[in-house]
Amino acid sequence: MPIAARPQGLSDVATARLDRKTLDANFSDLHPPLGPHEARVEADRCYFCFDAPCQQACPTAIDIPLFIRQIAADNRAGAARTIFDANIMGGMCARVCPTETLCEEACVREEAEGKPVRIGLLQRWATDALIETGRSPFTRAAPTGKRVAIVGAGPAGLACAHALSLAGVESTIFEARPKPGGLNEYGIAAYKSVDDFAAKEAAFILSVGGIEALYGVRLGEHVGLDDLRRDYDATFLAMGLGATNKLGLPGEAELENVADAVEYIGALRQAPDLTLLPVGRRVVVIGGGMTAIDIAVQSKKLGAQNVTIVYRRGEEQMKASRFERELAQTNGVVIRTWARPVAIESHAGVFSGVLFEDTHEHEGVLAAPGSVFRIEADMLFTAIGQRGALEALDSAGVEVKDGRIVVDAERRTSVPGVWAGGDCALGGEDLTVAAVEDGKRAARSILSALGVAA
Amino acid sequence: MADLRSDFLGIKSPNPFWLASAPPTDRKVNVERAFRAGWGGVVWKTLGEAGPPVVNVSGARYGAIHGPDRRLIALNNIELITDRDLEINLREIKEVKRAWPDRALVTSLMVPCDEESWKAILARVEETECDGIELNFGCPHGMSERGMGSAVGQVPEYVEMVARWCKAHTRMPVIVKLTPNISDIRQPARAAKQGGADAVSLINTVNSIMGIDLDRMTPDVAIDGKGTHGGMCGPAVKPIALAMVAEIARDSVTRGLPISAIGGVTTWRDAAEYIALGAGTVQVCTAAMTYGFRIVEELTSGLAAYMDRKGYARIDDFRGRAVASITDWQHLNLNYVAKAHIHQDLCIKCGRCHIVCEDTSHQAIVAKLDGGRVFEVNESECVGCNLCVLVCPVEGCITLDHQTQGVDPRTGLAYERAPLPWTAHPNNPAVKAAE
Repeated sequence: MPIAARPQGLSDVATARLDRKTLDANFSDLHPPLGPHEARVEADRCYFCFDAPCQQACPTAIDIPLFIRQIAADNRAGAARTIFDANIMGGMCARVCPTETLCEEACVREEAEGKPVRIGLLQRWATDALIETGRSPFTRAAPTGKRVAIVGAGPAGLACAHALSLAGVESTIFEARPKPGGLNEYGIAAYKSVDDFAAKEAAFILSVGGIEALYGVRLGEHVGLDDLRRDYDATFLAMGLGATNKLGLPGEAELENVADAVEYIGALRQAPDLTLLPVGRRVVVIGGGMTAIDIAVQSKKLGAQNVTIVYRRGEEQMKASRFERELAQTNGVVIRTWARPVAIESHAGVFSGVLFEDTHEHEGVLAAPGSVFRIEADMLFTAIGQRGALEALDSAGVEVKDGRIVVDAERRTSVPGVWAGGDCALGGEDLTVAAVEDGKRAARSILSALGVAA
Repeated sequence: MADLRSDFLGIKSPNPFWLASAPPTDRKVNVERAFRAGWGGVVWKTLGEAGPPVVNVSGARYGAIHGPDRRLIALNNIELITDRDLEINLREIKEVKRAWPDRALVTSLMVPCDEESWKAILARVEETECDGIELNFGCPHGMSERGMGSAVGQVPEYVEMVARWCKAHTRMPVIVKLTPNISDIRQPARAAKQGGADAVSLINTVNSIMGIDLDRMTPDVAIDGKGTHGGMCGPAVKPIALAMVAEIARDSVTRGLPISAIGGVTTWRDAAEYIALGAGTVQVCTAAMTYGFRIVEELTSGLAAYMDRKGYARIDDFRGRAVASITDWQHLNLNYVAKAHIHQDLCIKCGRCHIVCEDTSHQAIVAKLDGGRVFEVNESECVGCNLCVLVCPVEGCITLDHQTQGVDPRTGLAYERAPLPWTAHPNNPAVKAAE
């Protein structure tokens, strides 16, 4: 339902809770980039490990010791090239990867002194300058005449298109939204990707050439999978998750100021002016993943006074990492666990709060003892997971399970000539870095199927 | 509390830390600041003969090697001897010595290589009532092109000759400062002794170019597009200096010749090492030029604490104690066996020990990567070379342990065997010939 400013007293939802200067500061870089000296000093902390654990922990297997050594030796462009060879979205991954559970958790300095090498920030240092140029450092192989259709211009789609292009295979990307980048552009918290970085990165990737991107084209609406299979040598499905889960409570769909977190974040990311974005004085968020954290923290940064995340299980079961949970808490967000919503309440047709019941786990099943409590609020965000909108695949017979496309290790679907990766594929980790790896693997498999040398 | 007082050739100072002849000792204002900070003595920056003053460059005269955090690893300079008027220097030396009678004040000298020049300057320096003179036979840049500095120090006959002149024309103690830019440091040291010098000081700076600017295609410190070799000092030269001090300390000709050690002294430990090799005083420059004079507080307190810990009441109690342990390779015990041991509880699993041994040494560290990433020494291959110990980032994680029981799986020989140096080794052709 739409979000509308309401007069104070009845329900307090307002724009411009904070002045523009404060908003700009609130939505600046979560982790400011390193300067040249910091990068040199940090790079020197790397031990250049044998068979480095950090590299093994990276879903895209970036040669981390090598790129850090290149930084230490004042070869920033070489470092960037090492990163992009393994992960063309190394710039965004440097910003959004949960490094504390991947490379930096594996860093031997984490074991030695509890302070891993700041690999994410070093990766950003290496990649930023090259992306700023907007020019690809890669050279394409001679055209093979092969053409691949890619559905979705998110991390998986762009990574696949880029890898294909290097091998001389041209591709056409069909993207439903008006811009490339997928969740990088529309989903990631604003303070993790400032200065329009997602768009710059997409432009940088596309600058290699050989990739045609069509925007506002939705699979099943403007083009069918059968058309793609007929017109192209291969098809890669990377359209992400098009739908969000619902609470299924009365009022969820009709009431004003009850909003889907994913949609709201998309609007926030595209807002030309954050002072125009209405936000409640008291906000309640239902969910336990990254999206719940993102919407809660961003609500706070927009000026909400009280923000409460309510999750039906315990903190350990939250999909949001410990780092993210702490980020929410240090931003003043309250996390309440072991409670689930039973009713969305309204007063005179306006959302007024949520009634929750306490929960506990009994033999693996969530149970409620019957006690309830109410959180009065001006806005409710639901962030209880996303699922694929895969109706368009039904006619082609692509196997789908749990709302996601079934793929093998090479990211092949059940239908010959059709590959899938990123969030829409089953088994993914819902991470940019995992989507990039999917795109790479699918590209490798497609090249092999088409008889093209990678 | 340990007694740090030093008596070097009869020159007394409250501690053995002297500032070396260099920019920090070029003028009264600096030297008095040093004394106020607690330095035991100074060697006043080298004086030249009377006449028109020396002219220095007016651009960068220092270059450096930095670690990644801009830590200074070495400094080099192309500064000449003092460019101040001789009379001013002599007057200031006299004033400072009078004001600070308990500190050592030695004057460094460099004049053309003829007896009259030395005789003339010595007379003037004696009037200052300073404690002694140091003959600068070391600087590798600038003055050497004019037949002084290392141009003298590299010719033992000249060293002996000038030392002899100085001893003949002054009653002051004479210290000969040696250049390291020579293949056998014992030759000039023997010459100095032969000439009657009371002591040697070493090392002077190491001839060097610190780097090339790859954009300008010049040395990275250049004057109007050109650069020249200079003299390098600082932590990087310490191992060179230690080796040279040790050679002189154990040479049959120069053994017992007093030594004032110079070269990269940065902490008390560096100083203690030189003293263990026989040095009576140590001279410091780069550390002071990096951090200022206050470092002397750490030097004195650290040295005293070490001596207290060890029960050394005076410097002489441990001076020279390490000399006897330094020998020639041929006298090392070839039956001694040590092997690396990795203490798994300290291992952070970086794998550097494995890869360096695998790639560059003896393939003696096995990497077990399945289930746990464990690195273990294969004693059948380990020669005890110490490389793994040195590259391990964790101190004490890998130790080199002396093997005394059982049989070496690498050689099949018992660990416990009588000492066997090369001089008695059956593989030594010279031994066979003697049989």
